[in-house]
Amino acid sequence: MKFGVIVFPGSNCDQDVYHALGSVLGQPVDYLWHGDTDVTGYDCLVLPGGFSYGDYLRAGAIARFAPIMPAVIDFARSGGLVLGICNGFQILLEAGLLPGAMRRNDCLQFRCQWTYLKVENGATPFTNRFREGQVVRIPIAHGEGNYYADAATLRELETNRQVVFRYCNENGEVTPATNPNGSVGNIAGIINREGNVLGMMPHPERCVESILGGTDGRELFASIIDWWQGRERLGA
Amino acid sequence: MLLAKIYVTLKPGVLDPQGEAVMGGLKAMGYEGITAVRVGKYLEVQLDLDDREKAGQQVEEMCRRLLANPVIEQYRYTLEEPAGLSTEESPRG
Repeated sequence: MKFGVIVFPGSNCDQDVYHALGSVLGQPVDYLWHGDTDVTGYDCLVLPGGFSYGDYLRAGAIARFAPIMPAVIDFARSGGLVLGICNGFQILLEAGLLPGAMRRNDCLQFRCQWTYLKVENGATPFTNRFREGQVVRIPIAHGEGNYYADAATLRELETNRQVVFRYCNENGEVTPATNPNGSVGNIAGIINREGNVLGMMPHPERCVESILGGTDGRELFASIIDWWQGRERLGA
Repeated sequence: MLLAKIYVTLKPGVLDPQGEAVMGGLKAMGYEGITAVRVGKYLEVQLDLDDREKAGQQVEEMCRRLLANPVIEQYRYTLEEPAGLSTEESPRG
């Protein structure tokens, strides 16, 4: 399985994702420059965290028009796996591959901390190593992670089980006190209706080895690989 | 030449943490009777166009595609002759 990590000017988690996939999980992985226009030959694209284009105008707004993005959008629309982490999630929202938008954190602080997440859907290509309701610990680091969607969109997300992660406490309780940024419904990650594009504010690449303080992120990447290998076995 | 003055603001009802903080600051300074503060963006785009209709269409498209996020923001704009060319007063302050 071959991964591509897209590097925008201002990405700063690209090397962490590359390390997680290449060194920790032992998968073939390449950097893809934002000026490239071809993603042929890749099985999963990762849009990493950072501050693409300085977050000018809105986080992800300018990156969404980078030369590589039409290829990313085509790849996603034809069923390719796309994972957007933090700034990558913001770019996917701006690109319309996921519904909703990000606002500034309600606390107005840049939040850099460990968070507990409740896995709301363990049946996606990105979460199949988790069981539904499981509590995982993955850190966040953002100033604009206050997810917003209008009431109709939220209903749709809930009905179709597109909310994948919610901020909770270590017991899995989802309350206003466990919400670090004001996101509606404590939403930390969502998937598209088709189930191949996941956006999440927490950083799984920052917890892939015990030396980093946790390994729950490793399971997310391992889920992707398991899913892919399962599909290969079925000859899909 | 035309100058587009574009105002991008959060839609009514969308929480504005920055506005809330600014309001808190103003109140702390002693200003009374403030009921709301909303923070938005102001952009100036210079266009090498004289056709106002064409310029308007371009600015509309720019706003829809990039300058505003229609999920949470709204926009409005004016088209003016750039300062120096116009007979309008120059900005003060």
